[in-house]
Amino acid sequence: MDPLRQSPSPCSSRPSSPKTPPCEMLGYVGIEAVLDQLKIKAMKMGFEFNIMVVGQSGLGKSTMLNTLFKSKVWKCTLPGLAMPTPQTLQLKSVTHVIEEKGVKLKLTVTDTPGFGDQINNDKCWNPILGYINEQYERYLQEEILITRQRHIPDTRVHCCVYFVPPTGHCLRPLDIEFLQRLCRTVNVVPVIARADSLTLEEREAFRRRIQHNLRTHCIEVYPQKCFDEDINDRILNSKIRDRIPFAVVGADRQHLVNGRCVLGRKTKWGIIEVENMEHCEFPLLRDLLIRSHLQDLKDITHNVHYENYRVCRLNESHVLPHGPCWVNLAPTPPGPSVAPGPSKACRQAREDSDDNEDDY
Amino acid sequence: MAVAVGRPSNEELRNLSLSGHVGFDSLPDQLVNKSTSQGFCFNILCVGETGIGKSTLMDTLFNTKFESDPATHNEPGVRLKARSYELQESNVRLKLTIVDTVGFGDQINKDDSYKPIVEYIDAQFEAYLQEELKIKRSLFNYHDTRIHACLYFIAPTGHSLKSLDLVTMKKLDSKVNIIPIIAKADTIAKNELHKFKSKIMSELVSNGVQIYQFPTDEETVAEINATMSVHLPFAVVGSTEEVKIGNKMAKARQYPWGVVQVENENHCDFVKLREMLIRVNMEDLREQTHTRHYELYRRCKLEEMGFKDTDPDSKPFSLQETYEAKRNEFLGELQKKEEEMRQMFVMRVKEKEAELKEAEKELHEKFDLLKRTHQEEKKKVEDKKKELEEEL
Repeated sequence: MDPLRQSPSPCSSRPSSPKTPPCEMLGYVGIEAVLDQLKIKAMKMGFEFNIMVVGQSGLGKSTMLNTLFKSKVWKCTLPGLAMPTPQTLQLKSVTHVIEEKGVKLKLTVTDTPGFGDQINNDKCWNPILGYINEQYERYLQEEILITRQRHIPDTRVHCCVYFVPPTGHCLRPLDIEFLQRLCRTVNVVPVIARADSLTLEEREAFRRRIQHNLRTHCIEVYPQKCFDEDINDRILNSKIRDRIPFAVVGADRQHLVNGRCVLGRKTKWGIIEVENMEHCEFPLLRDLLIRSHLQDLKDITHNVHYENYRVCRLNESHVLPHGPCWVNLAPTPPGPSVAPGPSKACRQAREDSDDNEDDY
Repeated sequence: MAVAVGRPSNEELRNLSLSGHVGFDSLPDQLVNKSTSQGFCFNILCVGETGIGKSTLMDTLFNTKFESDPATHNEPGVRLKARSYELQESNVRLKLTIVDTVGFGDQINKDDSYKPIVEYIDAQFEAYLQEELKIKRSLFNYHDTRIHACLYFIAPTGHSLKSLDLVTMKKLDSKVNIIPIIAKADTIAKNELHKFKSKIMSELVSNGVQIYQFPTDEETVAEINATMSVHLPFAVVGSTEEVKIGNKMAKARQYPWGVVQVENENHCDFVKLREMLIRVNMEDLREQTHTRHYELYRRCKLEEMGFKDTDPDSKPFSLQETYEAKRNEFLGELQKKEEEMRQMFVMRVKEKEAELKEAEKELHEKFDLLKRTHQEEKKKVEDKKKELEEEL
C-alpha cells in the first residue's frame, strides 16, 4: 500500500517488539496519573478547530453553523435583504472563542459565499483549494523556522462541510468535480441541505444515489475507510458511512413544542424540530463533528493531508523561506496543481488497495 | 476570478456566549482516548557511580524486577546501556526506557566521563531531528528515545558535591531535565542530612547549574510542587525486599539496629520522588524535553549547518541544499527499493528456471528408463515368440 495512504492517526496499536518485554508490576505505581496531567495541560492550552462550509447561496450554511455551535457565529442573510450575490467567490473567515465547562475552543469558520452562483462555474474550486493550501503553507513555514514558536498557531482547515442541494436526484457535475478535488486535500463531510423539502423515503433514495455516485467517482469522504484503526473503529465508522450524507435542517429560532423549548423551523403544516432524530439528522452531524470525531478530524488533517502537502512541497526543491514574513513563492503554481500530485498517486494507490481489499 | 479573503486580526477574537449545550466539553476526553491507544513513552537516564543503587531504585520506583546483573568496577570507560520495557496500568501503556551509565566514576582519570553521556543525549535528539527533516516522515508512530528525565545520584558523603558531579551536571543541564537525588540515604543521620541538602543546593546555585524546576504555574499542581521543591535533592532509599512491619509487608531494608522503610516519609524521600517524577510531572517532563531542550538542540544544529532565519541571502542556498540532499536521498531510496525488487524478481525467475530444468531432466531420465524397460520387455517377448515358433 502506498505509504501516502498509511493509517494516519496515532492510534496504531503497536505490538510490543521483541526488544521491549512486557513487565509485570507488583503494585500500584501511579502511571495512569499521566492521563490527568494530559487533561490539565490540554484544558490550559485550549483547543482550536477550523471548519469551512461550502455550498450555493440559500442552502442554509450560516444557519447551520449557528445551530451547530448554538450561537450567532454568522449573521444570517435573510432573503429579501439588499445583499447582492457576490460577483466573485469570496472566502470569509471569522474566529470566535467559545467556552463550555472549562474547555476553551478557538473556533474559526470560513464561509464561501458566491460558490456555484455564477453562470459559468468553471474552476470555482480554485480559490477554495488555494485557501486550504495557503493555510498548509503557513504552517509549513512556521515549522521550518529555526526559532520556532512553542505552539504553532493552527489555521489549517480541519473539516469542510459540503452542502448538497436537495434536488432528490443525484449529485450534479459541479458537486462531483468539487468533491473529487477536495477530498484529497481536506476532510470533506457532505450533507443534504434543507432536507425538510424531502420526505423520509425521498431522503433515503437520494442518499443511496449519492453514495453510489461517490463510489463510482472514487470520492472518499470523511470518515475515510482506509484510516480505520481497528475493528471497533471500523464498526463505528461503518455505521456513520452508511448514513452519509446526513439530511440536515438548520434553525436558530426557538419554539414551544409540548411545553418544551426546542430549536426548529415553524411552518404552516408543523414545526420541524432540528434536534429530533425523527425529523432530521442534525444530531448525527453534530455528534460526528463535535462530540466524537473532532480530535480525529484534526489528527487526520495533521498526519495525512498536511504531510502529503509537505511531501509535494519539499520535493519541488523551491522551498525558500525568506524570513519571518513569508514570500509568495513564484515557482509554485497555484493551489490545484499541487493537489493533483498526491491525487494521482493516491488514486492509483487507492485503486490498488481497493483491489487488495477485494482480495481480502 | 478574484478572491477576497477577509482575515480577522487578533483583536477581533470575540468571546461568544452559547445558548445551549454544544458538546465540545468532551474534547479533553477525545484527546486522552487517542493518547491512551497510542501509548506513552518515558525515558529515564540514571547517572551515578557503580554500586550507588540505580538499578535497585528503578526496581522500587516501578514496583517490578527489571532483570539486570550488577556491573563490575573494571570498565575502561563510561558507556551507556539502554533497556526498554512495556508497562501497563489499567488502560495506560507505558514504554519505559531506562538508560544506565555503566562504569561512571570508576576510572582513575575521569576527565572524559561526561562525554559519552552528552553524546548519547545528543544522538537521540539527532535521530528525532533527522526524522523530522525527512521528506516522507512518520512522526506520529516514531518511538521517542529522547531522555525526558535525568536522575543524578549523589553519593552520601555528608559533606558536599564531588567535582565530578559538578562538572557532569553543568554539562548536562542545558540538554536534559536534571533531578538530583541523594542515594543510599539511610547512611546519613537526620541532622547531617539537612546540612548536606542545603550545602548541595547552594553549590548548585553558585555554580550556575540549572536543575529541573517543578512547574508552579498551574493552580492544581502549584501547591504540591512548591512544597516538594523545598526538599530537593530527595534523599532516597531503594529496596525490593519486603519486611513484615506490624501486620503488613512493606518494602524496607533490615539492619540489626532497625528497619528503614522505603515508603515511610519520615525515613526517606522516596514517596516524594515517586510523586514528583511519575504521578504529578511526567507529562511536564516530556513537554520540557520537547519544547525546550530539543528546540535548543535543533536551533544550534541548524545554525551550525549554516541556516539563519532572517538573512535572505544565505538561507535559500543552504536550506535548498539540505532539501536537495534530502530529496536525492528520498529518490535514492526509492531507486534502491526498485533495484532490490528487480533483483529479487530476477533471482526468483532463475530459481524457477532451475527447478523446471531439474524436473525436465528427471522426466527425460524416466522416459529413457521406461524406454529401455519397454525395449527389454519387447526383446523378451520376441525371444519367447521365437522359442514358441521353434517349438512348433
